[in-house]
Amino acid sequence: MSIGLSHYLFVSAALFTIGVFGLFVNRKNVIVILMSIELILLAVNINLVAFSVFLGDVSGQIFAMFVLTVAAAEAAIGLAILVAFFRNQGSIAVEEMNSLKG
Amino acid sequence: MNLTAAAFYILGGATILSAFFVIAARNPVHAVLWLIAAFFAAAGLFVLIGAEFLAMLLIVVYVGAVSVLFLFVVMMLDVDFARLRQGFLNYLPLGVLIAGLLIAELFLVGAALGENGAASLSEGKIEPSPGAVNNVTAIGRVLYTDYVLHFQLAGGILFIAMIGAIVLTLRERPGVRRQDVGRQVGRRPRDAVKLVDARPGQGLQIPE
Repeated sequence: MSIGLSHYLFVSAALFTIGVFGLFVNRKNVIVILMSIELILLAVNINLVAFSVFLGDVSGQIFAMFVLTVAAAEAAIGLAILVAFFRNQGSIAVEEMNSLKG
Repeated sequence: MNLTAAAFYILGGATILSAFFVIAARNPVHAVLWLIAAFFAAAGLFVLIGAEFLAMLLIVVYVGAVSVLFLFVVMMLDVDFARLRQGFLNYLPLGVLIAGLLIAELFLVGAALGENGAASLSEGKIEPSPGAVNNVTAIGRVLYTDYVLHFQLAGGILFIAMIGAIVLTLRERPGVRRQDVGRQVGRRPRDAVKLVDARPGQGLQIPE
C-alpha cells in the first residue's frame, strides 16, 4: 500500500480539527488560541504542499510560503498586542477584553 | 509495508499527537514545546513528500522564530494559567460535536478525492519539483518570475508587521534618568565653568 494524496489529506484534516477543537475548549486563554490558529495554518500548509506535489505544480508550495509569511506576521502582531494588553490590564483573560465595547 | 509508509505513519502520528498535546497541556510552556514538536514532525512529512525547501523554512521560521516568540511571551507574562483553564469542561461537548462533524466531512472529502478526484490521475507519482533538478531550483524559477510581485508584497507585510510590533511594545516610562549623548557632547566649557576672582576674607556671591 503506497502513500497517496489521501493519506496527507487525512493528517491535515486531523490537524485542522484539533486546531478548531482547541479554539473551543481553550477559549479563555489567548496564548493557546493563538497556538491553535498556528496549528490550523499548518494544516492548510500540509494540504497545499500535498496537492502541489501530487499534481506536479510548484505553485502550491509558493502559496504555502506566503501562508507561512502571513502566519509569522500574525504571530508577531498578536503577541505584541497581548503584551501591550497585559501591561494595561494585568491580565490576559478573554472575557475581560471588553474595553472596546464591541 | 515499506520504509516510506512506515516513516509516513510515524511522522503523521507524531504530528497529530503533538498537536493534541498542544491544546491539552496544563502548562502553557509545555504547550509551546509540543507545538515545536508538531512543527518538527510536519517538517519531516514535507521532506518525505519531497518539498525540502518548505521543510527547512518551517524549521527556520516556526521553530526558530515563532515558537521562541511564544516561549518568551509565555514566560514573560505573570499569568495565573490555572484560572484561565476553568470552564474547560463546559465547552467540551460543543467542541467535540463540532470537531466530530468537521473531521467526518474532511475525511469524506479526502477519501473521495483520493478515489476519483483530479489528483487520482497522478496517484502515486510524486513530482515535487517538475522540470528542475531539485526542489529549490523549481521554487526559485516560479517564485522570481510569475510571483515576483507577491514576493515583494510578502516582504512588505513582514516589514509592516515588524514596525507594528515595535510600536505596540515600545514604552515611554516617565521619571527614568537616561544618558543623553547629544546633550553630553554638545556641552561646552564656557556654559558649564565660570572663573570667579575670590577676594580673601569676603566670601563669594554666586550670581544667578
